[in-house]
Amino acid sequence: MAVVYEKTGILTDTPLHYCPGCTHGIIHRLVAEAIDELGIQGKTIGIAPVGCAVFAYNYFNTDMMEAAHGRAPAVATGCKRVNPDNIVFTYQGDGDLASIGAAEITHAATRGENITVIFVNNAIYGMTGGQMAPTTLPGQVTTTSPYGRDPALCGYPIRVSEMLATLDGPAYIARCSVHDVKHIMDAKKCIKKAFETQIAKKGFSMVEVLSSCPTNWGMAPREALNWLEANMIPQYPLGVKKEVE
Amino acid sequence: MALLTIAQETCKGCGLCADVCPKQILALSREINSKGYHPIAVTDQSKCIGCAFCARMCPDAVIKVEKE
Ligand SMILES: Cc1ncc(C[n+]2csc(CCOP(=O)(O)OP(=O)(O)O)c2C)c(N)n1
Ligand code: SF4
Ligand code: SF4
Ligand code: SF4
Ligand SMILES: [Mg+2]
Repeated sequence: MAVVYEKTGILTDTPLHYCPGCTHGIIHRLVAEAIDELGIQGKTIGIAPVGCAVFAYNYFNTDMMEAAHGRAPAVATGCKRVNPDNIVFTYQGDGDLASIGAAEITHAATRGENITVIFVNNAIYGMTGGQMAPTTLPGQVTTTSPYGRDPALCGYPIRVSEMLATLDGPAYIARCSVHDVKHIMDAKKCIKKAFETQIAKKGFSMVEVLSSCPTNWGMAPREALNWLEANMIPQYPLGVKKEVE
Repeated sequence: MALLTIAQETCKGCGLCADVCPKQILALSREINSKGYHPIAVTDQSKCIGCAFCARMCPDAVIKVEKE
């Protein structure tokens, strides 16, 4: 019998601690498969965030480091500049990247740092119990917006990919989703493209992946993905936002 | 002919795989694994077409798919 699909060895055998149906796991797998297919395991260094993915260093069979909240792009910058032949990626949530780390990501992008950023946007602070993030949708109920996010009070969600795509530094920016198999395959292509951008020394690359948080959204796993498709995609349109040839 | 191998101990019973299976042959089993989840099981292996939709949807990389 021929193997059609099996877990890549770029993921360790440590069971993921994520909640049942949380799509952080799918995104880990796509990053690992891209590293596998590009044959860059031996020279890849990942930077884990603060957030639910804080233990990502236990799951990738590559060198890994842990950064303070939001500072992964700064750590990645130093890492890549000292080791230009290594492939360096960060894996960051929306609280980590768009809130406390908004300065680090913006400046790494505008400097055109030759790193790859995997940005997991689940419109909430998952790890700390479901508080409002800069990416929380208008009207979305969280523990700190119990009546729904009111833009008059809290402002509007930030479209990070579009915002960074206005800068001259980035070479590749795309937004993907993992709510069904087709979109999972598309997200994998974008993640691979982002790593290829770094390998070709073209500069900063980022893939924003729309992700679910069934636990803090208060939904069953499939219901959460239906909600993502119906509500997050209109606010955060999918597609390539910037690509430098 | 296709064959599924399910790592039942790492399955969290989220059901995302069952939802995308075009043949609707995946269901939570009655057993309980050591984490307390009902792991997924195949109800009729002979109907499986080896498309691997289930494996690609699984957040926990539980499913291996082989095909003749
Ligand atoms: C300096 C600092 N401030 C605040 C926190 C608390 N904190 C931990 S995770 C987190 C937000 C996580 O949200 P996100 O980055 O979206 O990740 P998710 O859990 O949703 O994947 C916050 C505010 C912290 N650990 N360190
Ligand atoms: S709290 Fe949300 S983001 Fe964190 S592991 Fe659970 S479902 Fe995933
Ligand atoms: S391989 Fe395809 S047909 Fe077989 S169980 Fe998985 S999703 Fe269903
Ligand atoms: S998607 Fe994975 S974890 Fe969820 S029920 Fe299916 S095999 Fe189990
Ligand atoms: Mg988040």
